[in-house]
Amino acid sequence: MSYEIVIGLEVHLQLNTKSKVFCGCSTDFGSAPNTQTCPVCLGFPGSLPVLNRLSLELGARVAIALNCQIAKEIRFDRKNYFYPDLPKDYQISQFDQPLAQRGVLNIITDEAEKKIRIRRVHLEEDTGKLFHQKDSSLIDFNRSGIPLLEIVSEPDMNSPEEAYLYLTALKSVLEYLDVSDCNMEEGSLRCDANISIRKKGDKELGTKTEIKNMNSFKGVKAALEYESKRQIDLLEDGKRIIQETRLYNVERCITEPMRSKEEAHDYRYFPEPDLVPFYFKEDFLRDIEKGIPELPEPKRNRFIKDYQLSNYDAAVIVSDKDTADYFEKCARLHGNPKTVANWLMGDISAYMKENGIVIKNLNLKPERLSGMLRMIDSGVITGKIAKTLLIEIIKTGTDPEELVKEKGLEQISDINLLENAVDEAVAENQKSVVDFKNGKDNAVMFLVGRVMQKTKGRANPNKVNEMLREKLKGAK
Amino acid sequence: MAINKDTVKYTANLARIELSDEELDQFTGQLDRILAYVDKLDTLKADDLKPTSHVLKMKNVYREDVVKSSLSASDAIKNAPLAENNLFKVPKIIDIEA
Amino acid sequence: MELNTLTAHNLADLLKKGDISPIDICNNIIDKIEKTENKLCALAHFDKEKALERCGNLDKAAEKNLLWGIPFFIKDNICVKDELTTCSSRILKNFKPPYNATVIGKLTDLGAVLMGKTNMDEFAFGSSTETSCYGPTRNPWDTERIPGGSSGGSAAAVAGDEAIFALGSDTGGSIRQPASLCGVVGLKPTYGRVSRYGLIAFASSLDQIGPITKDVEDAAILLKAISGHDEMDSTSADVLVPDYLSGMKKSVKGLKIGVPKEYFIEGMDKEVKDSLKIAIDKLEKLGAVCEDMSLPHTEYAVSVYYLVATAEASSNLARFDGVQYGLRADNVKSMMDMYKKTRKEGFGDEAKRRIILGTFALSSGYYDAYYAKALKVRTLIKTDFDEAFQKFDAIVTPTSPTAAFKIGEKTRDPLTMYLSDIFTISANLAGIPGISIPCGFTKNNLPIGLQILGKPFDEEMILRIAYNYEQNTDWHKRKPKL
Repeated sequence: MSYEIVIGLEVHLQLNTKSKVFCGCSTDFGSAPNTQTCPVCLGFPGSLPVLNRLSLELGARVAIALNCQIAKEIRFDRKNYFYPDLPKDYQISQFDQPLAQRGVLNIITDEAEKKIRIRRVHLEEDTGKLFHQKDSSLIDFNRSGIPLLEIVSEPDMNSPEEAYLYLTALKSVLEYLDVSDCNMEEGSLRCDANISIRKKGDKELGTKTEIKNMNSFKGVKAALEYESKRQIDLLEDGKRIIQETRLYNVERCITEPMRSKEEAHDYRYFPEPDLVPFYFKEDFLRDIEKGIPELPEPKRNRFIKDYQLSNYDAAVIVSDKDTADYFEKCARLHGNPKTVANWLMGDISAYMKENGIVIKNLNLKPERLSGMLRMIDSGVITGKIAKTLLIEIIKTGTDPEELVKEKGLEQISDINLLENAVDEAVAENQKSVVDFKNGKDNAVMFLVGRVMQKTKGRANPNKVNEMLREKLKGAK
Repeated sequence: MAINKDTVKYTANLARIELSDEELDQFTGQLDRILAYVDKLDTLKADDLKPTSHVLKMKNVYREDVVKSSLSASDAIKNAPLAENNLFKVPKIIDIEA
Repeated sequence: MELNTLTAHNLADLLKKGDISPIDICNNIIDKIEKTENKLCALAHFDKEKALERCGNLDKAAEKNLLWGIPFFIKDNICVKDELTTCSSRILKNFKPPYNATVIGKLTDLGAVLMGKTNMDEFAFGSSTETSCYGPTRNPWDTERIPGGSSGGSAAAVAGDEAIFALGSDTGGSIRQPASLCGVVGLKPTYGRVSRYGLIAFASSLDQIGPITKDVEDAAILLKAISGHDEMDSTSADVLVPDYLSGMKKSVKGLKIGVPKEYFIEGMDKEVKDSLKIAIDKLEKLGAVCEDMSLPHTEYAVSVYYLVATAEASSNLARFDGVQYGLRADNVKSMMDMYKKTRKEGFGDEAKRRIILGTFALSSGYYDAYYAKALKVRTLIKTDFDEAFQKFDAIVTPTSPTAAFKIGEKTRDPLTMYLSDIFTISANLAGIPGISIPCGFTKNNLPIGLQILGKPFDEEMILRIAYNYEQNTDWHKRKPKL
């Protein structure tokens, strides 16, 4: 029997604001416990929330980028449930009038482009953080009140791979918008999944489970792979799937039902009386829209068209905004995008990976890279020299021209300067001379190699070739 | 009857209040009387009305994204029934949800 | 001279002349408290050494302010930094907030001297101040009777001359009803007029802080002092605060005052009804035009209120869970156990009842029939007032259907207790300002109150009517014999 996997994802994103969503406490990561708290984010009685304007703007930025409809009137609600990391025992969130609804994000699968619909985007406050000890749990409220954007997809993904692609595409968009650190390990991006199985062709959705506790995109994929197989196995055996929340066990790569008894949720949402409604003015939204940079998808298409990059190269380069910006600058400066792309995805990428740095911190100005590439083009240096030169430029931060001069790395094309080396090579390798005379044209290449060695790679190989042929002809 | 013991018990649990049997009896009777009184709202047709959750006509009240000073950790935990290393301490929680 | 019996503006005159010092007032207050507090139980927390110390440390630079050197009390649900703030509840025993309510800063900046906290119904849940964990407050006019509630401690302290003035909070009448029952002035400002920051919330869409004073002039001074936009409270309105002292002195001649027929109901005290009639005659004699009118949805107000207020309360009081502050039950086995036992031990009966009622009104399956319906009917009640104020400058009603009742009389039946708020609740649902002033006494010498309701942010109008009435009557001059 053939089954279809149905997956929907809920992403929680910490927004990059300096202060929390409803109070002035700092959002810095990694401070000492409970040093970034105040009566508001500790839920002390009598304290009241006041909305951080930037958090709503960043939320709107994401919503617009995901092609959502922004609500005419935005309201906040209280989601009531008891939990020790929730200081007021309710969370200020949005229920029936969220920030935005009905968006879409495209992913590229092996076969084709696929639209994943976004159900809703809403703003809420983060909870505190729990630490579990042997007999007790400890709470740090530094995280409490950091603005969270919840992005809920429709159940439009049909494989763990698609879920992975969705997250990658979403993260890429979010990074372009510069709204969040998107760091799953630090918890600035979190993801829960709903997954169910149905027979191919069925209209009705199967019973779903909710999977939590995944801390990387690969983890999401692995958890969904495990869970989809588990559900299919159950169905194959004629068993039923129980609707439940399951936790991903990272060590064992499996999902497990929660140990605590799960109650039926009754969040008793009602309008938050401590906040007033919010309306975006048309021109304000237009300003936000204008401030949104070119997003990965249109950028990729443009790179393919304008720079004749391959689909693959374009996709790799645009997946990171800084890389895309860097590429474009270099391509414009140098004029040959394909060469730039090759260097970027080859030597430069390898260097960054080896040294654990990102392009933003790479000590290689686009002007320097294009300068070096121009020196190859004009024959000042050889491609071989360039490979070592690149590392030198990055490490010393010197201009390629200066470095080449200082180290004397220019290509040698002057016959007078090459004369000695050519003569030596001929004198030392008489066998090759004989071979050549006997019609082995390749023998000349061996002699070129000897000359290159003698000049430490600086000789212009074409010139040397020319000179050798001339010399050997004369000797005939 | 507008409310019975089971519902009161369920609701008290939602509100995390333990009730004794006497309290359960007493509250069920009292709440039933109150709800019976409240039922007079049913005589009004209100389906088409806009709800008033707030009387003010205010909108768009914000603060700018500016960091203000926080409490010291010792002030934050000063009222805590139990704390350890400036962290609030509670009985061990199982799983990530209660 | 017994300075404790005077009003703030009388004392300000004496201070200005240099006849007395703030310490003199404070000493008089302390003497009176030592004499009568054991009969009244009006105070929740009072430390005379601290009060005297504050008096001694007054900033001379603020001396020109009307409230400089005037001692005051506040209801125990308003936060004072590092001072006990318990809402008269076991669950907040030992709680000392790390911050001040905005109103505290406003008053102390003007040089007023905080003396301590007044008793109240637990979390302001009540109309009689009988649900306090410190025991019931008693009415200075008859200590067998309740002072009203929930700001009963504030009203009793002012009426009993243990305080010059006090702040209370009003969610459904909790300032006006005890003021009425204790024969003093109580003002509930327009929702949004006074910052709620630091007021421990009962029902966030209804709560307002307001003054309880010995006369209307003090009410005007206090309202001016505590009003205004606060960046810490999103619901505090950025609306001009006028000079009430000059505004209220204008005549009432030609003002149109509505008298809603729904506020003269069967079962109300005949003496209250009669006093109101006489008061209305008085206003007419002063030149106002009083006219019968209707607020047709009045009879639904109690129902709407007890759904909306308890729903909000159930959420506002969830935070009292034993984690960050307040009481935590001993010997708990788990987190769930800790929540349930802490809240069982910490809350009194009325708090439990209201939390359960509010939780029920919001819970799945009942939300539409109760909470959502109540919000819709709230619209009708608000519309009643919107329409009335197109025609009338103000509305007058009795503040309470009866004078003060006996302690214990209504504790067994919550619904009967709820119905004692019947005349004050609508103002909170509509967000409009209201004031209660003394307008007579029963033959048992119990005070009767007149309620004046006004348009949103038009406190000046109700102060004006109240002031004109007060200047032409003597009710406010009577003192209880304690």
